[in-house]
Amino acid sequence: MGLVSRGAAAAGVGAASAVVRPGPPHAVPHPIPTPPPEGAALGSSRVPGMVLKAFFPTCCASADSGLLVGRWVPEQSSAVVLAVVHFPFIPLQVKELLAQVHQAGRVGLAVLGTWCHRRQEAEESLGHFLEGLGTIFSHEPWLQLCREQGSKLWSCKATRRQVPPCPGAPYEDQVMLVFYDQRKVLLSQLHPPAALPDCLAGDAAPSAGGLAAVFDTVARSEALFRSDRFDDGPVRLSHWQSDGVEASILAELAKRASGPVCVLLACLLSLVSAASACRLFKLWPLSFVWSKLSVCEQLRHRLEQLTLVFSTQKAENPTQLMRKANVLVSVLLDVALGLALLSWLRGKDRIGPLAEALVPVADHVAEELQHLLQWLMGAPAGLKMNRALDQVLGRFFLYHLHLWISYIHLMSPFIERILWHVGLSACLGLTVALSILSDIIALLTFHIYCFYVYGARLYCLKICGLSSLWRLFRGKKWNVLRQRVDSCSYDLDQLFIGTLLFTILVFLLPTTALYYLVFTLLRLLVVAVQGLMHLLVDLINSLPLYSLGLRLCRPYRLAAGVKFRVLEHEAGRPLRLLMQINPLPYGRVVHTYRLPSCGCHPTHPWGSLCRKLFFGELIYPWRQRGDKQA
Amino acid sequence: MEDERSFSDICGGRLALQRRYYSPSCREFCLSCPRLSLRSLTAVTCTVWLAAYGLFTLCENSMILSAAIFITLLGLLGYLHFVKIDQETLLIIDSLGIQMTSSYASGKESTTFIEMGKVKDVVINEAIYMKVIYYLCILLKDPMEPHGISQVVPVFQVSTEQLSKVFSPKKICYLSPFSAFLLLLMFSRNVNSSCQDYLRTPDSYF
Repeated sequence: MGLVSRGAAAAGVGAASAVVRPGPPHAVPHPIPTPPPEGAALGSSRVPGMVLKAFFPTCCASADSGLLVGRWVPEQSSAVVLAVVHFPFIPLQVKELLAQVHQAGRVGLAVLGTWCHRRQEAEESLGHFLEGLGTIFSHEPWLQLCREQGSKLWSCKATRRQVPPCPGAPYEDQVMLVFYDQRKVLLSQLHPPAALPDCLAGDAAPSAGGLAAVFDTVARSEALFRSDRFDDGPVRLSHWQSDGVEASILAELAKRASGPVCVLLACLLSLVSAASACRLFKLWPLSFVWSKLSVCEQLRHRLEQLTLVFSTQKAENPTQLMRKANVLVSVLLDVALGLALLSWLRGKDRIGPLAEALVPVADHVAEELQHLLQWLMGAPAGLKMNRALDQVLGRFFLYHLHLWISYIHLMSPFIERILWHVGLSACLGLTVALSILSDIIALLTFHIYCFYVYGARLYCLKICGLSSLWRLFRGKKWNVLRQRVDSCSYDLDQLFIGTLLFTILVFLLPTTALYYLVFTLLRLLVVAVQGLMHLLVDLINSLPLYSLGLRLCRPYRLAAGVKFRVLEHEAGRPLRLLMQINPLPYGRVVHTYRLPSCGCHPTHPWGSLCRKLFFGELIYPWRQRGDKQA
Repeated sequence: MEDERSFSDICGGRLALQRRYYSPSCREFCLSCPRLSLRSLTAVTCTVWLAAYGLFTLCENSMILSAAIFITLLGLLGYLHFVKIDQETLLIIDSLGIQMTSSYASGKESTTFIEMGKVKDVVINEAIYMKVIYYLCILLKDPMEPHGISQVVPVFQVSTEQLSKVFSPKKICYLSPFSAFLLLLMFSRNVNSSCQDYLRTPDSYF
C-alpha cells in the first residue's frame, strides 16, 4: 500500500482503510500553494510579526520519526506538541483518537506536523514522504522538525499553504524551539491560577493567557497519555508515559482503603458532634464555662477540621485537596507531638513530683503577693499614701488571698489525679495539652484576675467621678441627650459639696492608682504567658506542613512561573530554549496555603489598649469566636 | 556573538557588561558586579571579634567568644546568600518575554520571567539620589484597567552613573551600562523590529 492519492485527500475524507507506511512514494503530491480543501484548515488566524514557538517535550527528542500531535494556539502563534504518532498508522484512527481526547478534556488537538529522526546518513525519501503527509492532515502552519541521530543539530520549518493575507509576508515562518519536561508540566500547578471562564460552555476550549495555555493544554490532554507502548492500541504514541504508565501500589491501596475508612470516620465524627450539640450543654452555667475554656475551643476547631478531611465528598479543585492534606498532616503531627509529651511525662514518672511541687509553688506565689500587699500598705517606693484607704484596701485584698490559699489546700489531694487525666488528654494532640495548661494557669491565677477587676473597677469609678466633678468645678455638665458638654448653672451649695468631693477624690487618687497599676501589671504578665501558649497552638494549627514539604521535595508541583535557558546555538539553526519551572518561594507557600486558625487572638490595636488602661476599662484579651464586637 | 565592556558604578567598583547575541530574536545582557573585597571582610570580622574580646574581659564568660564566632559565620553566610549579588542577567526573547536573573555569591539564582503580553512599555526613569540617576524599568499592564499600569519593575538593581557623558571608545568609566545597552540597541543595525518597538523615549511616556 502506498500513499493515498491527492484527489482523495482533497475530498477531506482520506482513505478509511489505507494504512500509511513510510516507503518510496509513487505519487508524491507536490505542495503548491492552492486554496485548501474545505474543512481542513485549522487555526488559520495568525499574529503577524510573532515568531512561531514550538513547545516540544524532552521525552520525544529521542523518539522515532512520525507525526506531531498537539494544540495550536493562534493568539500566541505557538504550537504545543504533546506526542509523536509512529508509523504505521491509519489516518482515520488518528483522527478518532484526537476526537476522543477532545471530548474527554475539551481541548482541541490536531496533527501539527511531522517529526523526522534520521538514523542513517541520507534518508531523503523519508523527507519527501513526510512532506506529502501534509495533504492528509492539513494544518496551518505545517511544522517539520528534523534531527540528526546523536547530534544536537535540529532543523525546523513551518510552511503555509494559504495565500498570505499581506503580500510580501514569507511562506515560511521563523521557528523557535522550546523544550519542556512533560511530566513536570503536567503535575505542576501555577500560582496564581489563571482565571478560566466557565468550562461547561460548549466546545470552545477556554483560553488561558500566555504560558498558562501550555500548562492548561498538557493538563487537559491526560487522556492522550493513558496508553503506553505495551498496549495493543490502534495508534502508537510516544509521550512521557509511553515507557509504562506511572503508578504506585501504595497510592492505589490508599485510594481503595480511603473510601470505607472515610465513611466510618465520618459517622463517628457526626456522632461526636451530635453529642456535643446536645441540649444539656446549653444550660447556663455549663455553656458559660465551655465558652471561657480555650480547650473546648480547640477541640471544636479540631472536630471541624477532621470533619472536613474525612468527608465523603471529593475535593473539587487542587486548592481544596491541598487544604485537606495540610489539615491531615497537621493533625498527625499534633498527635505525634502529644504522644511524645505523654511518653516523656510517663517515662520517669514525672507526674507525681510535678503534682507535689504544684501546691508549694502556689503557696509561694501567695506569700509573695502577701509581701507585696504589706509593702503597698507601708510607704511603697517612698510615696506617701492615704493611711486609712490604704489599710482598708490592703486588708480587703489580704483576706481575699487568705481565702484563696485555703481553697488551694482544700484541692491539694485531688491535684495528682487531675494532672494524670490532663496528661492523658495529650494523646488528643499537643495543642489540646497546651490549651489545658493555659486554662490551668488561668484557674490558678484567678485571684490575680479578681484583684485586677476590683482595682480596675475602683479606679474606673474614681476617674468617672473625678471627670464629672471637674466639669462641675468649671460650671459645665454632660448632656446625655446631645452627647456633649454643655454649660450649666449650679447652686452655691451644689458647687460647695461638689468641690469638696472633688478634692477628696483627687487626694485619694494616688493610692487607688497605685493598687490599680500593680494589679494590672500582674494581670498583664499572666496574659502574656497565656498569649505565648496560644501563639504556639496557633502556629501548630495554621502552618501548612504538607505544602512546605511538597515545596521542599517536589518543587515543580508548586510553580510561580517559568524560566528559560538558552541551549547550544549554531548560526543558521533555529533557537533552542529549555523551559523550566520556577518554584514558589517559601513565604508565598505559607501565605497561600495557611489554614484558618481558631481566632483566639488579642485583637486590640496598641492605641485603644493604652486608652482602656488609662481609663480603667476592663481588658478582655481573647475574643472568643461568636462574640460580638465590643 | 559576545561583547564585553567595563564601567564603574557610583561607589567606584568595577562593573562589566557582557552582551550576547544568540539570534535575531534573542539577546542576553549580563552585568557583573564588583566582588566581595577581602579588605572589608577582614575589617568587619576584626571589629566583631575585638568587641567580643572586650566583652569577654569584662564578663569572664567564654560563651561570648563562641557566640561571636557563630554570629560572624552566620552573618557571612546570610550576606552571601541573601544580599550579595554577583551577576545580573537580562534575557530578551522575542514574542515570549523578558527574563531577569540575579545570581548571588553563594550560587543561589533568583529568576523572574515577565511574559510579553504583560509588558506595556520599557522606559528610562529618573531618580534623584545625591545626583540624577537613570534606570531602566519595565511597565506592566493592569488586567483591570486597559490603560493603567499595575507595576513598575526596575531591571537591574545595581546603581549606575548618569547618562551624561558621551560614549567615546577612548574614554572609559563614565558611561552607565544602561546607556550602553540602550544606545547599542537603538543604533545597532541588526536590531529586531520588535525590540525597537519596546523602546520609547521618556517624552512619549510622559
